[in-house]
Amino acid sequence: METLMVILVGILISIGTYLILSKQLLRIVLGASIVGHSVNLLIITSGGLKKGSAPLLGEKAAGFADAIPQALILTAIVINFAVTAVVLVLSYRAYKSFGTDDMEQLRGNENE
Amino acid sequence: MFYTFIFLPLISALFVPLLYKYFNRLVHTGWFVLVVPLTIFIYLLQYIPGVAAGGTYKYTLSWIPSLDMNIVSYVDGLSLLFGLLISGVGALVIVYSIFYMSKIREALHNFYIYLLMFMGAMLGLVFSDHLLVLYGFWELTSVSSFLLISYWYERKSSRQGALKALLITVLGGFGMLAGFIMMIMMADTYSIREMLANLDVLQNHALFIPAMLCVLLGAFTKSAQFPFGIWLPDAMEAPTPVSSYLHSATMVKAGIYLVARMTPIFGGSSVWFWLVAGIGIITLLYGSLTALRQTDLKAMLAYSTISQLGLIMCLLGVGSLAVYFGASDSGTVFGVAGFAALFHLFNHSTFKGSLFMVVGIIDHETGRRDIRYLGGLMQVMPITFTIALVGGLSMAGLPPFNGFLSKEMFFAAVNEVSQAGIFGLSKIGLLFPIIAWVASIFTFVYCMIFIFKTFGGQYRPEKLTRKVHEAPWGMLFSPILLGLLVLFIFFFPNVLGKYILTPALTAMLPMTPMSSYDLKISAWHGLNLELVMTIGVIVVGLLLFKSSKRWVQAMRNYPQGLTLNHWYNKGLSGTERFSTSLTNGYMTGSLRHYLIYTFTFFVIVLISSLLLLYGIRFDFSNDAAISIFDVGLVLGMVIAAGTVLLAGNRIVAIVALGALGYMVAMFFVIFRAPDLALTQMVVETVSTLLFLLCFYHLPKLKKQIERVPFKLTNLIISLAMGLTVTLLALSANGHKLFEPITSFFENSYKLAGAKNIVNAILVDFRGFDTMLEISVLAVAGLGVYILVHQRSKGREQHENE
Repeated sequence: METLMVILVGILISIGTYLILSKQLLRIVLGASIVGHSVNLLIITSGGLKKGSAPLLGEKAAGFADAIPQALILTAIVINFAVTAVVLVLSYRAYKSFGTDDMEQLRGNENE
Repeated sequence: MFYTFIFLPLISALFVPLLYKYFNRLVHTGWFVLVVPLTIFIYLLQYIPGVAAGGTYKYTLSWIPSLDMNIVSYVDGLSLLFGLLISGVGALVIVYSIFYMSKIREALHNFYIYLLMFMGAMLGLVFSDHLLVLYGFWELTSVSSFLLISYWYERKSSRQGALKALLITVLGGFGMLAGFIMMIMMADTYSIREMLANLDVLQNHALFIPAMLCVLLGAFTKSAQFPFGIWLPDAMEAPTPVSSYLHSATMVKAGIYLVARMTPIFGGSSVWFWLVAGIGIITLLYGSLTALRQTDLKAMLAYSTISQLGLIMCLLGVGSLAVYFGASDSGTVFGVAGFAALFHLFNHSTFKGSLFMVVGIIDHETGRRDIRYLGGLMQVMPITFTIALVGGLSMAGLPPFNGFLSKEMFFAAVNEVSQAGIFGLSKIGLLFPIIAWVASIFTFVYCMIFIFKTFGGQYRPEKLTRKVHEAPWGMLFSPILLGLLVLFIFFFPNVLGKYILTPALTAMLPMTPMSSYDLKISAWHGLNLELVMTIGVIVVGLLLFKSSKRWVQAMRNYPQGLTLNHWYNKGLSGTERFSTSLTNGYMTGSLRHYLIYTFTFFVIVLISSLLLLYGIRFDFSNDAAISIFDVGLVLGMVIAAGTVLLAGNRIVAIVALGALGYMVAMFFVIFRAPDLALTQMVVETVSTLLFLLCFYHLPKLKKQIERVPFKLTNLIISLAMGLTVTLLALSANGHKLFEPITSFFENSYKLAGAKNIVNAILVDFRGFDTMLEISVLAVAGLGVYILVHQRSKGREQHENE
């Protein structure tokens, strides 16, 4: 299962990188989102998969799934969300101000 | 006490602006400044008896004791000789400058501050025993010289000359610093004297030759040796007192001082001899030849300075052979060459200082410095002419002037070196006397041109811009004094030799005991080869001077493309062009390019380190089982991600991204992470909404966006990225080094009273993370608010325009 997940992560990273290298600003944000997902999956995979029950003590199970990666991912999700929100609004502003979403044309204002 | 006097120039520089502001209307500021070098000169005079008797003095001023950085000063013959030159010539130059620099027109406070800064730096340099402190003063002389050259900063040529001098001397200074650091590493001490005490360690060290080369680079750039001398003629844009002081008598001798100071350490090796003596004699020839081509008097004197410095350098190289031979007869013979170097160093300071002042007077009185406009000044300026005659003939090496004595000693030294028979000298040693003789002829010719084209011939007042008359006495005072010194040294050379030069030689060649008999300078030393050579110089020189009209013009047509300046300029602009094109080549301004650099670097570094360190190891034994449901989910994710990539419509891409996020949440469910699944669901919903909101407000013009264009480089890079991450993650799974610490957190009920382990970690065990994550959210929220808010403001401004 871990190997399968790692391969999935690799594929997602490839797709995300390809999107990040594209010209349109929004595609770059999409690509960054995909990379974010894949990294979260990688973190949980590195903690080992499908061992024990959910990390809730009420379950009275013999073993629990690793709780540390879960806590880390929870933090990562929230931060990722915050960054995505800012970048989205920023790209929205860029559209409004410059009338383009082409990264090749967004090269700073010479007259500033 | 000692330091009060050595730092007197630097301290008094602080008061110059005040004096200038309040007293300059009444008294020329220079009169106040004059006190400084005079005091130092008188103070240093009292060391002469002690030093002449073989004594040395050491003073330590605590600076950074914990790093062993202290200002250690060491007074011996060599530093005293330089100290007296600096303060003595300094005093004369200031007297001269009082009459040269206008009280009304010039910014005298700047001038005297820079001059005092330079004087202080130079004094600190020659008395330093601590190598790094010496380097500090060395760079201070470069900086103050830069300021002095660009004193008339509104002129372009001044700025260019200053920049050139700074670039070249600082380049050498850095080289010297590297050499010093190597020496410090080898000897494990900062002190030059302690290095002398254990020379064996240094001389058998692998860094000995590199350190020597670096130190010599510093000395050669500072002392304008071939091919670094090109800054000196351009430095002639400085006011003439500065040229006279810095660029003839003191600063350009800093490199000479360094070579003399390092002779006991590096001397005796063939590399040192060949570099110092070889470069010196090449510089001598180059300088004397180039001086002939100049029409500007100051440029002529500048090249003549280069040439004379080469002569001194060559003598120092020959003198270093004394270290090789030690206390034997040959050692004594070459020791005399070192003595000649110091003697000529002193003589050069006297006659070159006076000659520069003469040029300054001519410039001041006629408004011209070009020999093509000058002539016949003998009648109107008889005193100036006399001084120029004394200085010029001394430079040419004629009796009864001191230049004759040192020139004879120079010939004696090169004749000796051609018969030394070591370091391969038996083969090409004969070149030394030949080059020296030829260079002396050229020296003679340009001295004649200097004197007789300026003062002899037809007086043509119509070509001059001012009404010519003799200079005021104040301006003549210093050159007259220097001219008298030139004569005095010829008639009584041994006074100087005994009290100042002999102790200086002892400092330079401590291993060769010299008796006073060997070091007796005699004006008449019998009819020998040297005298024949001098007569030859005069005869051939006179013939060449008589016919100079014909061939000097031909020399001036020497192609510009072959000059060192041409190559310097080409090199400088070429470097600029190269770095501009290099920077423009990779700093394209395109985000995609920068990302490509980043990703490529990431892939190359990680993959190569994985391969080189044999980090690739796969271990599938601990893998959990795969169910059909998992496979379906994985396939679904790949399809969703592919849809994001290939979608022709943005809305499709966003929906596919949302699907991807929900499938991640489903994975969290499978992997027993209920909190993650919950959060992922909520966050994904909100972000999809955000995306849609953003797209809804897009401007119309490019709403229909075509597919992502295909680019092979992008494909290769993204595949490589994916592969790198996969390999890295698989290898990391294969290397389980120790057990995880999760079991500790399973006590969360006992320790934190929580049954949900993940939540206990978030708010109890690792609560700080959560706190800062909340602040990230807060900052993001504020950022979004400001972005949206500012937009409307910016709009309004835009519309108002």
